[in-house]
Amino acid sequence: MSERRFDFEIVVVGAGPAGLAAACMAAENGKRVAVVDDTPWLGGQIWRGQQARPLVPQAQKWIERFRRSGATLLDRTSVIAAPRAGVLLAEHANGPREIHWDKLILATGARELFLPFPGWTLPGILGPGGLQSLAKSGWPVSGQRVVVAGSGPLLLAVADGLKKLGAKIVSIAEQAQWGRVAGFGATLLAHPAKLAQAARIKWRLLGVPYRCGVWPVKAEGDTQIRQVTLTDGQRSWTEACDLLACGFGLAPNVELPLALGCELLEGFVWVDAWQATSAAHVYCAGEPTGIGGADCALVEGQIAGHTASEHKAEAQALFQERSRWHEFRSALARAFALRAELKSLATADTLVCRCEDVSLGRMKQFAGWRDAKLQSRCGMGACQGRVCGAAAKVIFGWGMESVRPPVLPARIESLISVAEKESAEGGKASTGSECRAPALREYEN
Amino acid sequence: MSDQIELRVNGKSIRVAGGTVVAAAIALAGVSCFRKSVLGEARGPLCGMGICMECRVTINAQPHCRSCQVLCEEGMEVRTDE
Ligand SMILES: Cc1cc2nc3c(=O)[nH]c(=O)nc-3n(C[C@H](O)[C@H](O)[C@H](O)COP(=O)(O)OP(=O)(O)OC[C@H]3O[C@@H](n4cnc5c(N)ncnc54)[C@H](O)[C@@H]3O)c2cc1C
Ligand code: FES
Repeated sequence: MSERRFDFEIVVVGAGPAGLAAACMAAENGKRVAVVDDTPWLGGQIWRGQQARPLVPQAQKWIERFRRSGATLLDRTSVIAAPRAGVLLAEHANGPREIHWDKLILATGARELFLPFPGWTLPGILGPGGLQSLAKSGWPVSGQRVVVAGSGPLLLAVADGLKKLGAKIVSIAEQAQWGRVAGFGATLLAHPAKLAQAARIKWRLLGVPYRCGVWPVKAEGDTQIRQVTLTDGQRSWTEACDLLACGFGLAPNVELPLALGCELLEGFVWVDAWQATSAAHVYCAGEPTGIGGADCALVEGQIAGHTASEHKAEAQALFQERSRWHEFRSALARAFALRAELKSLATADTLVCRCEDVSLGRMKQFAGWRDAKLQSRCGMGACQGRVCGAAAKVIFGWGMESVRPPVLPARIESLISVAEKESAEGGKASTGSECRAPALREYEN
Repeated sequence: MSDQIELRVNGKSIRVAGGTVVAAAIALAGVSCFRKSVLGEARGPLCGMGICMECRVTINAQPHCRSCQVLCEEGMEVRTDE
């Protein structure tokens, strides 16, 4: 196959649970399928792992099934733009790739939500999921004192995972009130496997304080974090640590769906019962449609894979299972809703945009995201607003109306290739020169 | 786990297990500052998943590589902002 151009009947973006499930169904239904993923590994955020450690049975089952399915894997390939219908532009170490599709399934997953507070830019403060992923890939945590803070069931899973790798978990701070978290525990009764899993984790974390209604207000250190101040709203105290794992739940990766013209509903990609988006021949499954965990992603992926390969009866047979996971998804959102205090943790000189070092005080001078971007360069740096855009949405309620390429940080050659395509096609596509130039500049200096 | 890979971080030689990402090798080498921000602050990985760009380093003379997404290879030369 040529290095540059690829042609498939069905292209899936994302090799997490949703993408793998979709690809397996479509390939088993006889279609020519490719899965494109940014990373060098299969399994997305939850199942990634290159170390010689045993995979969990569910991961093993799906990864093996995928390998047997006949679908092609294009790994280390970041999709950066959708220059026209039926084509994705991607970046690979060997140069840009053009990927042609008849049907497209977006399974781009989610990222962690980070909220600024004084000191949050110090080295040694990572997202809980991020630290867990790095620890699975060799990051040293053994003997390290770790405070885990933020929100969501991931905090417990990560604390458990890090402890197994030898970390000393100082405490876990969950911002949601105890009553809500307990209520969520009760909804697990409808999902016995999840309940058993939660019970096992709690058991292994016996002796580690798990405090609800507690959140971080300040981190301090010299070259890296040394201590974090936590509060329950009444009282504040300080805990010494080597690492702070802090994240406030997950935010969906909707940049690529937006670039393809998919409509959003309340921040998530809108899909119908068949996992079809508002864009023709484009489907979406997993976390971009709602934060529901790996099991939810698996069912949605299967439905999308069947629908895209015209096996609607098989898709429909999974609707009931999906509604169970959608109930779970709603319960998650209710239990771990963010408290208002988190919007005002940052002070005027706290940086919100870490790429361009733009402070909260500076951002407050602007009326909206677009205005702030143009005048302060916040969200225009290397991460393209992935981190500060999501934070600004929580703090100011500023929304992201549209997306311009690259949807993932990209190298200059690839961007030039988008630009050339467009000028050859009369300039009408989803790229805007307005944002392309800053992206280029960032990458040149 | 046993297949050891040797690479250099800021000139210092370090051995890591197969499957280790470059960000982890940098941490194993005892380096906490991966890059300097616009205002000169020390920064290290935040997201661990290729999105925040805080873990950017120079790998084999190619600048701005996301060290959390790149696996260590024999003989790699890694440089952080010092
Ligand atoms: C950092 C992190 C760690 C997590 N750890 C755990 C855990 O330990 N346990 C747990 O139960 N849940 C964990 N979760 C939650 C878990 O990820 C989800 O419940 C589940 O994996 C969702 O599956 P998915 O297929 O929707 O997305 P994901 O698993 O996120 O897969 C999406 C994939 O798409 C790829 N991708 C996205 N955009 C592009 C693009 N433009 N080009 C190419 N590829 C792209 C990504 O690299 C990723 O591999 C974690 C989440 C995050 C963000
Ligand atoms: S740590 Fe965020 S991109 Fe590597």
